[in-house]
Amino acid sequence: MIATELAPGDVLDGFCVVSRMYAGGMAVIYEVVHEALPGPAVMKVPRLGQGESSAGIVGFEVEQMMLEALAGGPVPMLYAFSDIEREPYLVMEKIEGRALSAEVSRAPWPVEEVLQTGAAIADALAALHEMGAIHLDLKPSNVMMRPQGGVVLIDFGLARHAHLPDLLAEAFQRPMGSAPYIAPEQVLGIRTDLRSDLFALGVMLYEFSTGVLPFGWPQSTSGMRKRLKTAPHPPRALRADLPPALQEIILHCLEVYPARRYANARQIAFDLRHLDQVSVTELGLNTRRVSLSARVRDWIRGSGFEPSQIDAAELVEDHAPIILVVVALGEGDDRQQQALQRDVERVARLTPEARLAFVAVTREPPVLGTSDEATSAPREHIRLLVELRHWASGVQASAARVTHQILEDNDPGEAILNYARTNRVSHILIGAPTESGRRHLSAHVGKVVLAAPCSVTVVRG
Amino acid sequence: MRYGLIADIHSNIEAFEAVLAHAQGQGVARLLLLGDLIGYGADPQAVLERCMQLVETQQAVAILGNHDALACGRAPCEMNEDAQMAIDWTRGQLKPRHTQFLLRLPLSYREEHMFCVHASAVEPESWTYVSTGHDAEACLSAAQADWVFSGHVHDPTLYYSGRDEHMFAFRPTENIPVPVPNHRSWLAIVGSCGQPRDRQVGARYAVFDSIQQKLTFFRVPYDHHAAAEKIRAAGLPSRLALYLEGKA
Repeated sequence: MIATELAPGDVLDGFCVVSRMYAGGMAVIYEVVHEALPGPAVMKVPRLGQGESSAGIVGFEVEQMMLEALAGGPVPMLYAFSDIEREPYLVMEKIEGRALSAEVSRAPWPVEEVLQTGAAIADALAALHEMGAIHLDLKPSNVMMRPQGGVVLIDFGLARHAHLPDLLAEAFQRPMGSAPYIAPEQVLGIRTDLRSDLFALGVMLYEFSTGVLPFGWPQSTSGMRKRLKTAPHPPRALRADLPPALQEIILHCLEVYPARRYANARQIAFDLRHLDQVSVTELGLNTRRVSLSARVRDWIRGSGFEPSQIDAAELVEDHAPIILVVVALGEGDDRQQQALQRDVERVARLTPEARLAFVAVTREPPVLGTSDEATSAPREHIRLLVELRHWASGVQASAARVTHQILEDNDPGEAILNYARTNRVSHILIGAPTESGRRHLSAHVGKVVLAAPCSVTVVRG
Repeated sequence: MRYGLIADIHSNIEAFEAVLAHAQGQGVARLLLLGDLIGYGADPQAVLERCMQLVETQQAVAILGNHDALACGRAPCEMNEDAQMAIDWTRGQLKPRHTQFLLRLPLSYREEHMFCVHASAVEPESWTYVSTGHDAEACLSAAQADWVFSGHVHDPTLYYSGRDEHMFAFRPTENIPVPVPNHRSWLAIVGSCGQPRDRQVGARYAVFDSIQQKLTFFRVPYDHHAAAEKIRAAGLPSRLALYLEGKA
């Protein structure tokens, strides 16, 4: 019995084949059942016949190693694997739901769908990166959407883990990955930068938004290298109604030099969820292709393009945290407010890559609104936002990005916690409860400290 | 079965005892002592007594390192000045039974698909440093084993074959098990138990699980102040104390 030629009803090591789901160049995938498994499963068998490339079997080993190491992450659960020398196969959780490749044909998608799907992929990438892994072959066919929401990443044959040896290393690295999606540094054979995945996400966002691949589908390495020198057409040139903020995000992901991209996937998820907070530059407004800046061009030609290597320890360290600053507008004494401002400065100085999110919480407006125009909800919202911006302008910080937001919620503690969870905030700075303790925010500091998903600094003046 | 892989103890009894206790907690059933039991440090007698007891009770197998060979007068070997001073001092500390024990140690040891050697399997007694992928290839092809465990180089490194048959060096992360399946060949330099050279304190060693085929590298805290003070008190070169304190 040849493992790549199983038919429904065949049994291999107790796994009974239900159907042949997919037969590709590198592997065959069956749906299988086994009484000991909690649910439907798939069996992946690599093609190892004569003339098959050795990359196939190494990629298969890499996938097994990665799925084992990433258990609990945004990946299919690994149920079983075999002795690779006898009959190599992997058995893993069957993901109910569809691969995004099935949805790409109807692109351009509505903007809202691009934002939601993009943010869900960015969440999964953030989780993956935080576990110390880089996918390096991100594309729509490797992204599965669960019916109940959430993204599962599949096919880890080219992936890299900071704490495990790179079995795909070779003396002269060739580009590995899918031509339309891989980052410029991958074209040059570099497999150590998690921002390569952010570039691939940018390509997907571009594709979802316009229905077009930003760098086409090059068939050769020299074709792939074009992305080192030529910027893509701005998506708004292909779709006039695309919000400039979304173009800003996409082109920020597609920067040639990794250090000029977003620092991590969390920031992309944040921006996709808060389009109104993205500060739009020329990048987002352009509708004509611009040549890459002379500086980048010279640097590519001159120095041979050397993006920073990220070593194991660095890969998992959070270089670009989101710091949430909770501002109690109209509360607390001046000393405390100033102490909070100084502490924000201190934290921002220590982590210059950080994003500072200034947030104030106000009560929800009455459902029926108010007849008094001066205190109507939108006006009140704007007034608070102006006040918050004014407060934040008192902070001397060169943070990479600053956002301001008014949360409307009758339970300020819960609102802050929700914000921290959804945006994966890594540090909350909040003023200590003031003496009166009756004020809107003061009473909720304890709850924030107890239930926060991250560190909380309570600042006292 | 779980094997504790311990190299380059270098007369550091505090580090050695800490590693033995840690290994017990890891369920280690057998110890492979990969040479350089003595030299550099201030406790050659205590370390050798412990090694002899472990070997006699068949809890451990020990092999010879270059410092051991020189101390017992078995073979000449080039050493730097500090090392030579320490060896001269060490010789004066050894009792006949210690010298006898060292003289009987093998240069390498093979068990099932594992091969242990202090430096390189290529002419073990020439004490070649394995510091590149090329060296590792030569060592593995001489050893003819799935797993080669060694020391001599004090920083832990795992050599493995990549996609094109070249060997690559991987700097392991502490406490993270690395799958080392035997359809590939692996060369693990487990790191020095008794004399770190990476400006970090702590005793290095590794645990190999032969059933799961996984290798985990550890760095165990121990009373390095005491070990360093003993080196100073014995009048040994102060650099040897600074290594233990992470200052050299």
